[in-house]
Amino acid sequence: MNFDFSDDQKQLRDQARKFLAEKCSPKAVRIVLDGKAPYDKELWKGLAEMGFLGVAIPEEFGGAGAGHLELCVIAEEMGRANAPVPFSSTVYLAAEALLIAGSDAQKKKWLPAISSGEAIGTLALFEGKGNPSAKNVTLAAANGVLNGVKKPVADGAIADFAVVAARTGSSGRDGDISLFLVGLKAGGVEVKSLTNLDPTRGQAEITFKDAKAEPLGAAGEGWSILTQVLDRAAVLCAFEQVGGSDRALEMGRDYALDRIAFGRQIGSFQAVKHMLADMYVSATLARSNSYYGAWALSTNAGELPEAAAAARISATQAFQHCAKNNIQVHGGMGFTWEFDCHMYYRRANAMALGLGSLTYWEDQLIDRMRKKNAA
Amino acid sequence: MNFDDTPQEAEFRATARAWIGANAPKQYEDELRKSSLGRTALKNANILEVAKAWQKKKADAGWACLHWPKEYGGRGSSPIERVIWQQEEGPFGQLSRMFIIGHGMCGPTMMAFAREEHKRTYLPPLASGEKVWCQLFSEPAGGSDVAGLRTRAEKDGDDWVINGQKIWTSGAHYSDYGILLTRTDPTVPKHKGLTMFFLDMKSEGVEVRPIKQASGASDFNEVYFTNVRIPDHQRLGEVGDGWNVSLTTLMNERSAIGAAVSTGFPELFEYCSSLMLDDGPAIEDRAVRSKLANWAVKASGLKYTSMRAISALSKGERPGPENSIGKLVAGSMIQDVATYALDLQGASGVVSGPEDAELAGRFQAMLLRAPGTRVEGGTDEIMRNIIAERVLGLPGDIRVDKDVPFNKIPTKGR
Repeated sequence: MNFDFSDDQKQLRDQARKFLAEKCSPKAVRIVLDGKAPYDKELWKGLAEMGFLGVAIPEEFGGAGAGHLELCVIAEEMGRANAPVPFSSTVYLAAEALLIAGSDAQKKKWLPAISSGEAIGTLALFEGKGNPSAKNVTLAAANGVLNGVKKPVADGAIADFAVVAARTGSSGRDGDISLFLVGLKAGGVEVKSLTNLDPTRGQAEITFKDAKAEPLGAAGEGWSILTQVLDRAAVLCAFEQVGGSDRALEMGRDYALDRIAFGRQIGSFQAVKHMLADMYVSATLARSNSYYGAWALSTNAGELPEAAAAARISATQAFQHCAKNNIQVHGGMGFTWEFDCHMYYRRANAMALGLGSLTYWEDQLIDRMRKKNAA
Repeated sequence: MNFDDTPQEAEFRATARAWIGANAPKQYEDELRKSSLGRTALKNANILEVAKAWQKKKADAGWACLHWPKEYGGRGSSPIERVIWQQEEGPFGQLSRMFIIGHGMCGPTMMAFAREEHKRTYLPPLASGEKVWCQLFSEPAGGSDVAGLRTRAEKDGDDWVINGQKIWTSGAHYSDYGILLTRTDPTVPKHKGLTMFFLDMKSEGVEVRPIKQASGASDFNEVYFTNVRIPDHQRLGEVGDGWNVSLTTLMNERSAIGAAVSTGFPELFEYCSSLMLDDGPAIEDRAVRSKLANWAVKASGLKYTSMRAISALSKGERPGPENSIGKLVAGSMIQDVATYALDLQGASGVVSGPEDAELAGRFQAMLLRAPGTRVEGGTDEIMRNIIAERVLGLPGDIRVDKDVPFNKIPTKGR
């Protein structure tokens, strides 16, 4: 049994960590946090040069042709560094949708551009309140154009193209949904930035008015493709969350060692020690669940739907738990803009919602476990 | 990343599986599979006898205490082979419970500190289950603070004379031998005045009294020592070095890697899958699903944490500290799971008798046994201290009794 990353993959993780420590310091993150730039363009360029954007994209489409395990270790480091770039939208959602359902021409057009950092992509699924569900999709597609509004769309204001879920039927079934590729810089597309929990990753409202769109995948297959995309993204996001959890735990631990109160290190008080121990427990459970998700993703195993839901729930809980208790360990200082704690708190809570909330994934997990047991 | 055996591991697994298939006491398989926390008895047989017979059979064929050297009754196997054996032994592994302390803690301590002739005499019958061992550490005055123990050992010629009391001694009532931690010098700070021995539990002056637990069952005992004589050659380690010796014993608890921890989740999921509530199937109820999902990811998180440790063993590496979370997570989880299972039963959940209760009282028994899991072998609080100090590197507790002679430490809170 070798339920671990290989030495090469661990080396890649170290390489990514080193690169991000240098190029993505908290100071750099703050430029985006403070609204002085929509995302870190220099970092995005650097990620492309390192080959990280296309690490799981086949060489024939301009990528490094490594695989999803390699992408997982990079994702972990992106989460640890709280990177202010559209990595998850472009790489986990748009690129994966293209890999699953894109025609050869579509792949040739977009994947090399993603790998080189020239194109930012995203997924436009949600239309206001609610979790992923075919019946919540009302945006209409007819005669090659889209009409409707999507929000929130992650990184929508900086994306060059979007994979858009649209209604093409009215049977009341999942088969009513189809996917489309839309260039967001073209006519008929209006984009408005939305203030959101995590300013280091933008959210937008996109209005489509007779916007030109080309089908992605077969008509009526949209929901089935989306389900696969969301499962893959759930695992990859889980690694970001695991990285973020570890960093928040480390910050709390370091502060508990440095800070003196009542004449002793606050890390010597059991109330603080036990809080940190519990953070370690949830981070460890999340990591182990995510490893299983990584295995299922990289082998395209039949277990992926269940593994992805478990990784999603576990990693979401861990990141939220570690981020909020990191602030608690820091006391009043943790509640200042100046300390970095709130960046992780914001990211943790934004990520908890992005692919659908915990309620949705809990439901998915139980359905999938029942399906497996019935089989 | 994969879950595959190496060719060597696969070969070992096939051999183990074939032997178990041909030799295990299959008539008890169903009952053992269905046993859960608080419920491990066999209906028509004495589990102690069944366990001893299975252990002896394993020993005769070279399958007992796999990781021990052959000359002491083991097989000389690698750590990963031991894990594979546990996986293959499956429900029959439940029969090893009564040997866990002897094999996991007493044996390794004897191996590290006993004289060669004692090792050759005592270890093989321990491995084969013919002799059962217990561990006499905890006392009324020293549970989590085990170094606060008060049982005295005083030198008298070539013997030591023991007086005092131990408590929470698992299996003392059916044990043949025990390892015993005593205080030999009360005038020095507490960790420095301890000495370890092993003794025959049938020695004159040893009295075992079962403790009736909160659950009503009796797995543990009080053990009283009145002028019990132990020859000096049964001392383990130097006089005054008992604390270090006991650390060896406790460190060996770590070797539990790969052994499944009980969370109660598979039982609860199975229960909810068929349970009807007032307004429909439990498994379709939103609140039930949310609870189940949260426990599911804890159970799978523990499972895959253990897989990561096994992978390290398979590569010949030392497992990381991740495995230290197992007991802490599983202990309170099984308590919560049992509580929730009864909640789902409504008022009738109060009925616990096997004849009348839902599922023959499985979850009621679990609930009543659960508080013990959060205390035995290190309380939740001690486990959190261990994670905080050894894994995260946080400072140890400030010890006000550290440099105080043992006999000057206060004995009453008020």
